[in-house]
Amino acid sequence: MFDKGKVLGGIAVFICLGTFPLWYIAYQGKAAYPPDPVIYPGSGQCVESAEYMRKYHMQMLEKWRDQAVRQDDRFYTATDNKTYDISLTGTCLKCHPNKAEFCDRCHNYNAVAPNCYSCHNIPPQPTEASGGTK
Amino acid sequence: MNLDRRTFLKLASLGLLAIAAKPAIDLLTRPEIVRALGIESTLPGRLAMAVDLKACTAEAGCHDCILACHSVHNVPDIGTAKEEVKWIREATYGQAFSGQETQYAALKDARVLLLCNHCDNPPCVRVCPTQATWRRVDGIVMMDYHRCIGCRYCMAACPYGSRSFNWRDPVPYINDINLNYPTRTKGVVEKCNFCEERLALGQPPACVEACKKGALTFGELKPGTDIQRVLSKGYSLTRKSQLGTRPQVYYIV
Repeated sequence: MFDKGKVLGGIAVFICLGTFPLWYIAYQGKAAYPPDPVIYPGSGQCVESAEYMRKYHMQMLEKWRDQAVRQDDRFYTATDNKTYDISLTGTCLKCHPNKAEFCDRCHNYNAVAPNCYSCHNIPPQPTEASGGTK
Repeated sequence: MNLDRRTFLKLASLGLLAIAAKPAIDLLTRPEIVRALGIESTLPGRLAMAVDLKACTAEAGCHDCILACHSVHNVPDIGTAKEEVKWIREATYGQAFSGQETQYAALKDARVLLLCNHCDNPPCVRVCPTQATWRRVDGIVMMDYHRCIGCRYCMAACPYGSRSFNWRDPVPYINDINLNYPTRTKGVVEKCNFCEERLALGQPPACVEACKKGALTFGELKPGTDIQRVLSKGYSLTRKSQLGTRPQVYYIV
């Protein structure tokens, strides 16, 4: 191999630079800027625990979609036996009207682009005056 | 028992036939095959609409039902004939009942309200490759916009032109968005849903509620309902009934 030193050195430098984010975070112990979704003040308890919603809201929303549209069953009975209307705009966004600060922050961070809102309506976004945070 | 070869073969083949008959009958009586053959009668208690043509045309230029429907369901007003989206629309009697024009000469110039017929034997459902449209047990031909891939087979199959395609994002063309009902997006087909979202709340369809003349009657086709009474009083037509789709919007002439 010609220029062995340069080639191997180049590869080593490339690997170091390419994996920089990984070992930097491992060394620091925390992500540089974790997503910071804002819970709208006064929204209370969600349909399920925050832990569950954080992990499984996408599967739940898919189930809701099929249940309401295809089975004509518009009610969700939560683990605590409370019943909720199955509605993205009417139930989810009623407590989380700040879509930009709540949904979008995590979605953008994770580079996911759910297409729910290409049809489902977004209520007027709250401003600071109406109790929302900026 | 004393069987010769010929009788044994006859009996054996008869026995085989009998064994084969059961799965064959099961297969041919499956609900979707019965439906496809068109031998099933109208569903009991299915939803239907009656349009009283005389009452409907009494007030010239009245579009209350169309306006109500289109504002409740966020139907865009795009403004060109090619891209227009319509859940209910208006046509002349001749356009609506082509082939039956001469039957009721008096109605030749009448305006006729057109909407999805929510057929008992819906051709749109049969051609949809993703099952984005299907007939519910109460007779409503539903659309699941989540599943629609915009192939427009249903539009080609529907003999009534009840379906519209979103050639572009409709949202900018909706005057006043009703937040309680979703909009549609570019690339999906949409149509009248008999206001299933209002029925779920116990409300009548928006067009029925909006009509001041009481020209529209909606309900289940079963004894004792308003629509049954209205339909039993006089003669009514359905559009293109010769096609075997069994449309469920009845026009009282």
